[in-house]
Amino acid sequence: MNRRLTYLTLLGSLFFAVFPFYFSFVVASHDNSALAQVKLLPGPNFLENVRRVFATVPFDLALANSALVASVNTCSVVLFSTLAGFAFAKLRFRGRTPLLLSVIATMMVPTQLGIIPLFILITRFEWHDTLAAVIVPALVNAFGVFFMTQYLSEALPTELLEAGRMDGCANHRLFWHVVLPAARPAMAVLGMLTFLGTWNDYLWPLVVLASPENQTVQVGLSQLRAGYVQDYSLALTGTVLATLPLIVVFGALSKQLIGGIMQGAVKG
Amino acid sequence: MRTWLYKVDTRVSPYLYIAPFFVLFGVFGLFPLGYTAYVSLFDWSLLRDEHSYVGFQNYAELFKDPYFWNALGNTVSILILSTVPQLVLALVLAHLVNRPFIRGAAAWRLGLLLPNLTSVVAVVVIFSQLFGRDFGLINAGLEALGLGRIAWQEGTASSHVAISVMIIWRWTGYNALIFLAAMQAVPKELYESATLDGATSGQQLRSITIPAIRPTIIFVVIVSTIYGLQIFAEPQLFGGGGPNGITGGSDRQFQTLTLYLYEHGFNKGFDFGYASATAWVMFGVIVLFAIGNFVLSKRIRGVK
Repeated sequence: MNRRLTYLTLLGSLFFAVFPFYFSFVVASHDNSALAQVKLLPGPNFLENVRRVFATVPFDLALANSALVASVNTCSVVLFSTLAGFAFAKLRFRGRTPLLLSVIATMMVPTQLGIIPLFILITRFEWHDTLAAVIVPALVNAFGVFFMTQYLSEALPTELLEAGRMDGCANHRLFWHVVLPAARPAMAVLGMLTFLGTWNDYLWPLVVLASPENQTVQVGLSQLRAGYVQDYSLALTGTVLATLPLIVVFGALSKQLIGGIMQGAVKG
Repeated sequence: MRTWLYKVDTRVSPYLYIAPFFVLFGVFGLFPLGYTAYVSLFDWSLLRDEHSYVGFQNYAELFKDPYFWNALGNTVSILILSTVPQLVLALVLAHLVNRPFIRGAAAWRLGLLLPNLTSVVAVVVIFSQLFGRDFGLINAGLEALGLGRIAWQEGTASSHVAISVMIIWRWTGYNALIFLAAMQAVPKELYESATLDGATSGQQLRSITIPAIRPTIIFVVIVSTIYGLQIFAEPQLFGGGGPNGITGGSDRQFQTLTLYLYEHGFNKGFDFGYASATAWVMFGVIVLFAIGNFVLSKRIRGVK
């Protein structure tokens, strides 16, 4: 495939990726009653719709709650997953294979199916309607552990670890000086994915966070759809507001975050 | 002293590193799952305080219910329609962005991730508009091309396609990014010498990239299958979120297994026992699919 065709294919894909965003802004900038006809250009009503969103739900608190939950969980998932991935990929210890298989088996456990007993458990801990109920169960997950295990087993040269051991490095020093630098590209990806996943999580926060001041962005969003008449303008203004911070943050950090994948000193 | 410490370090530290995961999983993953199994053996309704033991009766009823088999069929259909194109597209996109002459790689990567920045709620709201029968953009386009309008939600196949498009749109870039991360570990010299030997982009994808990132591909296939079998929010919100969403359309044409579970657990008398039995059967289906994937990938390796 030559250069021109490659760029054309990528540009076409980019169009499909971007168009729904553009379209949701178009809907968000019109009065709901104007949407009976297909609109392709933005209208004049965006700010009015934003005002309606903040009047309907406490969206500022929801944004702050989501930012807190997503930051804490991202840091802890990346740290714990890298630690466990290092152990599974490069350390020899009794029970390694069965334990790793149990991690993989864990990924098959449909999390949403355990939601009723989990709810009972959280109530016992008296965490109901607190952010701890959302944060603590998600501090680490099987996906992250398996992802880092796979990545480190491919990308971290065993000779590098052995050289470190010859110099008398204990495992925690190897982790700090050898594993972390090599794992940086995958950590950046895992961090981004975790942040997004947490920010966009919907079902569990909806179930466990009851009072309006404790809600996350997605729960707030769902309430914008709760009216008798389907108010697409209001709902999509909410989605624009909930997505905008992510786009700004990742736009600003993309050089460091995604660029980390580029430089990654991980040649085999 | 030093060697003693060293021994403790090599023996004990691996367990310390994996401990956070296993402790948290034990409390918040394993316990709920076990408890679900226990509940599934009871006639357990939220509306009553007494729960009577019924053995495997919930399971027997489940296997007799044609709606259950309908939901299983729909789930598998949506799984295949969404996962196969998504993974092929992701692999091709990752490979294209990874081409050595591509400029602005960071920008393309951000572009890949863009659809994943939206929540499932947002995606379904947007696409429900796009796939609308009367005012939807896609039908307007079809009409402009001289083709007829499609009632996307009413048909079995068309509703599966619409739901699959939502899943594909949201997850293709995400998977491409995971493939890309793995491709960074493939030595660039391999591509350079292949290009010198006259290998085309497609040949390089097939004979260098895919074999080199096989573990990651298997990982993505398994994870996508597991998530695909649990699809819930897309069909539920596509059906409008109300009763029509829970049954997956008026004829249950897009009711998935999780929707079926939700219908019995939270809609029909809060029948937690029956819903828990459904949960365990779903778990079994997921395990079967994962084992199938694993065996298949082993076999493919054997052929090579």
